[in-house]
Amino acid sequence: MLFALVGLFPLLYTGYLSVHDWDKLYRERGEFTGLENFEFVLADPIFRKAMVNTFSIFVMSSVPQVVLAVSIAALLDNRLRAATFWRMSVLLPFAVAPAAAALIFGSLFADQSGLINAILREVGLEPIRWHVDRLWSHVAISSMVNWRWTGYNTLIFLAAMQAVPRDLYESAALDGAGRLRQFWSITLPMIRPTMIFVIVTSTIGGLQIFTEPRLFDDSISREGGADHQYMTLALYIYDRGIVDGFYGRASAAAWVLFLVIVGIALLNFALTRYVTRRTS
Amino acid sequence: MSRRSRLVNRPSWVVYALLAAFVLGSALPLYWSFVIGSHTKTEAMEMPPPLLPGGHFLENAGRVFDTIDFWQAMANSVIVSTACAASVVFFSTLAGYSFAKLQFRGSNALMGFVILTMAVPTQLAIVPLFIIITDYGLYDTLLAVALPTLVTAFGVFFMRQFLVDAIPGELIEAARVDGASMLRTFWTVAVPAARPAMAILFLFTFMTVWTEYMWPLVALKDNQTLQVALDELAISGQGQTTDYALVLCGTGLATIPLLVLFIVSGRQLVAGIMQGAVKG
Repeated sequence: MLFALVGLFPLLYTGYLSVHDWDKLYRERGEFTGLENFEFVLADPIFRKAMVNTFSIFVMSSVPQVVLAVSIAALLDNRLRAATFWRMSVLLPFAVAPAAAALIFGSLFADQSGLINAILREVGLEPIRWHVDRLWSHVAISSMVNWRWTGYNTLIFLAAMQAVPRDLYESAALDGAGRLRQFWSITLPMIRPTMIFVIVTSTIGGLQIFTEPRLFDDSISREGGADHQYMTLALYIYDRGIVDGFYGRASAAAWVLFLVIVGIALLNFALTRYVTRRTS
Repeated sequence: MSRRSRLVNRPSWVVYALLAAFVLGSALPLYWSFVIGSHTKTEAMEMPPPLLPGGHFLENAGRVFDTIDFWQAMANSVIVSTACAASVVFFSTLAGYSFAKLQFRGSNALMGFVILTMAVPTQLAIVPLFIIITDYGLYDTLLAVALPTLVTAFGVFFMRQFLVDAIPGELIEAARVDGASMLRTFWTVAVPAARPAMAILFLFTFMTVWTEYMWPLVALKDNQTLQVALDELAISGQGQTTDYALVLCGTGLATIPLLVLFIVSGRQLVAGIMQGAVKG
C-alpha cells in the first residue's frame, strides 16, 4: 500500500492535474480542459528548447561516460596492487554533491576568471563563452555529470567483469588473441546485461537533470541561461509548476518527460541488445 | 611464470599510469575548489588564476557563516539524512524479509509492482508532492523534506535480494517450531543476518538524501538544507560577479563531512556498488 502511495499515486495525480485548468493566482483547480495543457506545452517554444537541450546534454553526458567507465573498469580488472585504494580513488567524486559540483565547475568554466579559459588563452586559443554559447554550455554541464558518475559506473562494470571466468581469457590467449581482441570478443559480450542496466539507469537519471543546469546559471533568475540555452525539462517543470504556479502545464510537461524516458529506455534496451549481440 | 599467465595476470606500469592520470584528473576540480576557497576575493579573480592554496580559508569561512546560516543548514541536513536512512533501513528490512521468506498471497505480483515504481522517478511527481505538503500544512518543515524518502522501492528490492540467500529457510522453520512469534523470528534470525546489507543501505540512503537538491528546494523556504544554502551563497552578491572565493570555501566546508564519511566507509561503499546497488 505504501508503495502504491509513493510510486503510482503521484504519477496518476500528475495526470489528473494535467487535464485541468488552474487558477494561477490562487492555485485552485478549474474546469476539466482535456488536452489543452498538453497542446500549450508542446507548442511552447521554451518547452521545445528545453527538450532539445535535455537530449543534447543527455547524449553528451552518457556516451563518453559509458565508454570511459568501461575502459577504466578494464584497467581495474587486472591483478592490481592496492586494489581497494584504486577503487576508492575512482569513486571519490561521488562524495561531492551535485550542487557543490555545479558550483565548482561553474567557477572552472567561468567566462572571465575560469581556469579552463585561462589555459585556452595560455596556449593561444580564443576563450570560450561557456555561459553564453548553447553548445558549449551543454559541454560544461555534461562534464559535471560525467565527473560525478563515471567512477560509480566503472565499479558496476568492474563487478560484471570480475564475474567473467578467467579460463576464457587463458584459452583466448592460447589461441593468440591479444588484450584488445580479448576485450572485444570476451569481455564486452559477457557484460551485456550490466551494459543494458547501466545505460537504462543513466537514461532515467540523465533525462531528469536539474541541479547542474540550474546552478550553472549564475544569474538570479536561474532559468537555464538568459535565453534558456541550457534549460532542461526538469527545470521547465520546476519553473512553470512550483515558481509560476501553472500546475496543469507543469504536470503535462512531466507526463511528456515520463513518456520520453520510457521510450528512450526501451529504445536503448533494444539497441544495446542488438549491438552487443553482433559483436559476440 | 609462463608467458601465457603473464598476459592474463600481471598489469604493466602503463595500467598504473593510466589509472593515476584518471584519478588525478578527477581530483582536480576538488583541488581547485580548495585553492580558490583559500584566496581572497580579488586574488581569486586574477588572471592567470592562482594554482596553489592560499592562506585565507578561515577568513572566507567566517564570511560564509556571516552570509548564510551554515550550522543550521548543516544540522537540517544531518537530521533529514539520518532520519531517512534509519527509516529506509527499518522498513526495507521488514518488507525485504517478508518478500524473501514469507509466502503470502500475491507476493510476487506485489514485488513486481515495487520494482515498477523504481522506474517512476520522484522528480516527475514534484507538483503533486508539492500540493500534498502544502495542503497538509507541512510546507517548510523538515518532515516534508524527509517524506518522499522514508521508504524506497530500491531499499526493499536490495534487502530482498540479500535476504533470499543470506538466511536458510530451515533456520526460520526451526525458530517457528521452537515457538518464536513471527516478529521474534524476524528480530533474532533475520536482523543479525541482514546487518551488513543494512549498513550499506544506510550509507547509500544517507548520501542520497544529503546530496539531494531539487526536493529540499521545493519543500523548504527559510530553513534550508546544506545544498540549497550553498546555492544562496552563489547569488548573495546581488547581480555582481559571483564571489567564487566565498562560494568555493562554502562548498569545501559542505563537502568535508561527506568526504570524511567516504574515507571511513569507502570500502563498504565500493562493496555495495559492486553488489549491484542502483542509483538512488
